[in-house]
Amino acid sequence: MASKLIEKRQLSENVFQMVFEAAKIARKRRAGQFVVIRIHEQGERIPLTIADADPMRGTITIVFQRVGKTTYHLSMLEVGDEVMDIVGPMGKPTNIEKVGTVACIGGGVGVAPVYPITEAMKAAGNYVISIIGARDKGLVIMEDEMRSVSDELIVATDDGSYGFHGFVSQALEEEVIKKGKHVDQAVAIGPVPMMKAVCDTTRKYDIPTIVSLNSIMVDATGMCGACRVSVGGKTRFVCVDGPEFDGHQVDFKQLIDRQRIYLEQERLSLERYLETLRKEGRGS
Amino acid sequence: MNAKERMKIPRQAMPEQDPKVRSRNFDEVPYGYTAELAKKEALRCLNCPRPFCVEGCPVEIDIPAFINLIADGDFVGAAKKIKEKNALPAICGRVCPQEIQCEQRCVRGKKGEPVAIGRLERFAADYERSQGEVEIPEIAGPTGKKVAIVGSGPAGLTVAGDLVKLGHDVTIFEALHKPGGVLVYGIPEFRLPKDIVASEIDYLKRMGVKIETSYVIGKTSTIDELFQEGYDAIFLGVGAGLPVFMGIPGENLNGVYSANEYLTRANLMKAYLFPEYDTPIVKGRNVAVIGGGNVAMDSARTALRLGADNVYLVYRRSEKEMPARLEEIHHAKEEGINFQLLTNPKRYIGDDKGWVVGIECLRMELGEPDESGRRRPVPIEGSEFVLDVDTVVVAIGTRANPLVQATTPGLELNKWGYIVADEETGKTSREGVFAGGDIVTGSATVILAMGAGRKAARAIHEYLMDKK
Ligand SMILES: Cc1cc2nc3c(=O)[nH]c(=O)nc-3n(C[C@H](O)[C@H](O)[C@H](O)COP(=O)(O)OP(=O)(O)OC[C@H]3O[C@@H](n4cnc5c(N)ncnc54)[C@H](O)[C@@H]3O)c2cc1C
Ligand SMILES: Cc1cc2nc3c(=O)[nH]c(=O)nc-3n(C[C@H](O)[C@H](O)[C@H](O)COP(=O)(O)OP(=O)(O)OC[C@H]3O[C@@H](n4cnc5c(N)ncnc54)[C@H](O)[C@@H]3O)c2cc1C
Ligand code: SF4
Ligand code: FES
Repeated sequence: MASKLIEKRQLSENVFQMVFEAAKIARKRRAGQFVVIRIHEQGERIPLTIADADPMRGTITIVFQRVGKTTYHLSMLEVGDEVMDIVGPMGKPTNIEKVGTVACIGGGVGVAPVYPITEAMKAAGNYVISIIGARDKGLVIMEDEMRSVSDELIVATDDGSYGFHGFVSQALEEEVIKKGKHVDQAVAIGPVPMMKAVCDTTRKYDIPTIVSLNSIMVDATGMCGACRVSVGGKTRFVCVDGPEFDGHQVDFKQLIDRQRIYLEQERLSLERYLETLRKEGRGS
Repeated sequence: MNAKERMKIPRQAMPEQDPKVRSRNFDEVPYGYTAELAKKEALRCLNCPRPFCVEGCPVEIDIPAFINLIADGDFVGAAKKIKEKNALPAICGRVCPQEIQCEQRCVRGKKGEPVAIGRLERFAADYERSQGEVEIPEIAGPTGKKVAIVGSGPAGLTVAGDLVKLGHDVTIFEALHKPGGVLVYGIPEFRLPKDIVASEIDYLKRMGVKIETSYVIGKTSTIDELFQEGYDAIFLGVGAGLPVFMGIPGENLNGVYSANEYLTRANLMKAYLFPEYDTPIVKGRNVAVIGGGNVAMDSARTALRLGADNVYLVYRRSEKEMPARLEEIHHAKEEGINFQLLTNPKRYIGDDKGWVVGIECLRMELGEPDESGRRRPVPIEGSEFVLDVDTVVVAIGTRANPLVQATTPGLELNKWGYIVADEETGKTSREGVFAGGDIVTGSATVILAMGAGRKAARAIHEYLMDKK
């Protein structure tokens, strides 16, 4: 289904928030699910988490970081433009239960996918401590949104330019666990090294931890196996068995390796795209 | 022309691209018969009083009749004749395993070579298409009944065509962004040009079939929601799209693909045109494909066309047991695919960056026949050797994808997860829900999926007309 872009906002240097018309998906989606977007006829299919949805208006919100050709291209769309295909909601929804205290941890653009889960955890009656992190102050996103659905919010920056000085995993250990706050469950979404670091911390304290994996996908319907990862020694398909898994069981090394399969081609593709933008005088 | 003269005509070869040239491009391999060649081949048919070929055809095309029309030069008439039974002749003429169907039964094959029925079928269909837009048949007045079809492979397309002609309001829901099922995501361009599939789909649309792509049943809507939205009957033709891996060490290394992923990247996403198209694919120099069916042949020949120096086909039985179409095996060999028969992978070897660099294989020998009647391959102890490769494509089969089944209460499945459906009607355990094609039988063929679709369409029509 083609879908029209109806709102666009730049959240930080490379992070964009977009609202698309997608009535069916807006009605069906639950926290933790994602869509697959294909921008144009020559385009690839990329998965993006549904950060928010408005079933009444029939819209969904995505928040993405431009890292390569396709996300760059997406960031160049203007309100009124269409993407050729948008399909979803894919993946299993997050298992939302009242467990007590939940730590919702988002790193970088990972704050966007953690937001709907945080909202749902809070609505289920949990005490929610959120930790969001970024490299520096300018890259912190969705602070107000996160604050509105959390009981406590900690902001961490790698360089200390804002909030806690350090990684989110350190903030969790020093500002929450070591301060005697009991955490029943953690949810961590962000770059793989960050999710791994959080899991290494929570493992020490026996805190069950859900992570949302961003493996490379093609169809996202369970048909190709591109997205496979090892969890607890078993091969699972992230698109249909996940995207969320028990972080203490995930083979992060394999995930990182598999994310790097197309590095060469991705670089070439982006350079080529930036070159055409330059020629058209549209670079940014 | 009398029978004796007809008997003298040898089977006409179909002109095709030179193997050296074609193994580096994605254009279709055969050019197809010219009108002259087709007429000549058609004259070989003896017009048997009891045509065994027809019995060998899963949809019982009136083979001698259409062949006669070709001999008479009425090529469009021949195409129409075929279409009385088979809605997709340009496709079936290209991909049916004729050597175990119609052509196997042709009397001329008893001594010498059978009539090239598949090539003639393809010729008639191509000719009709080359004459401009194919005329659409008469459509019955609207019945007011709505039918949802899930999946746009050969089974779903057949049901859609048959039901729309009868005046029903038909919508196809397809998970991917292009309709056609395996015909677009699996079978490569060089064997089945995508514009042929596109023109068949266009034909259905002109008849009034609506197609919703990027719509996953089980996610975007469930079966029960479709009923709530007012559909009176639903056909499930979702195929058997879940890739099977062997479960041996190293299968998740970089460079190890399922055939589904490899072919989807290459065909559906057009990765062979990267960077014109955005989807990348690993262009291996030394590629091993595991398996011996059509899917394996397609993967091996795709690897070659992507520029590989060596492509190995690793198959655990001997050539005789290979399930691929004869023509594909023949073409693959001509193109230089290196067949490693009676060989099975034991594990994949990786480097420190997680890339596959080799396969440890075992040689096999054939033992006692198994349930399928084929002799079971048994490993020869101590026969391990390493094949140096940088890409592997696993093409050992597929299973049922549980997306629809998992969200449809009351739908009976068999122990492998396929949908249980009546062979003659496609009826499932759920009222108003029918199924057919690979999701019922397991991976089979295009023509069997179409045959199942035809039977289900008949039953759905009856069901709708009986229902108030
Ligand atoms: C379930 C899921 C949800 C996601 N949600 C978000 C989100 O909400 N916001 C966000 O910014 N990003 C999200 N991602 C990641 C996003 O899909 C990738 O950043 C995007 O595909 C990169 O495409 P590109 O062409 O711009 O970059 P490329 O240059 O192609 O790739 C950059 C990196 O992104 C990854 N990637 C490339 N192609 C794909 C692909 N087809 N599928 C998945 N990953 C790929 C690779 O690791 C690659 O090295 C999600 C990924 C998954 C699997
Ligand atoms: C590479 C390859 C080569 C082959 N070569 C030959 C050959 O030469 N000759 C031959 O006769 N056969 C061949 N086959 C087998 C043949 O293609 C299949 O038997 C046939 O396509 C099955 O048809 P189908 O309609 O049952 O399903 P499919 O063709 O598999 O189509 C099913 C469709 O349903 C869609 N779908 C699945 N789930 C959902 C959902 N939940 N919601 C919406 N849509 C959904 C899928 O995306 C797909 O498009 C080959 C198969 C492959 C993979
Ligand atoms: S069996 Fe062969 S010779 Fe006889 S009618 Fe069929 S195609 Fe013609
Ligand atoms: S993306 Fe194809 S199976 Fe998950």
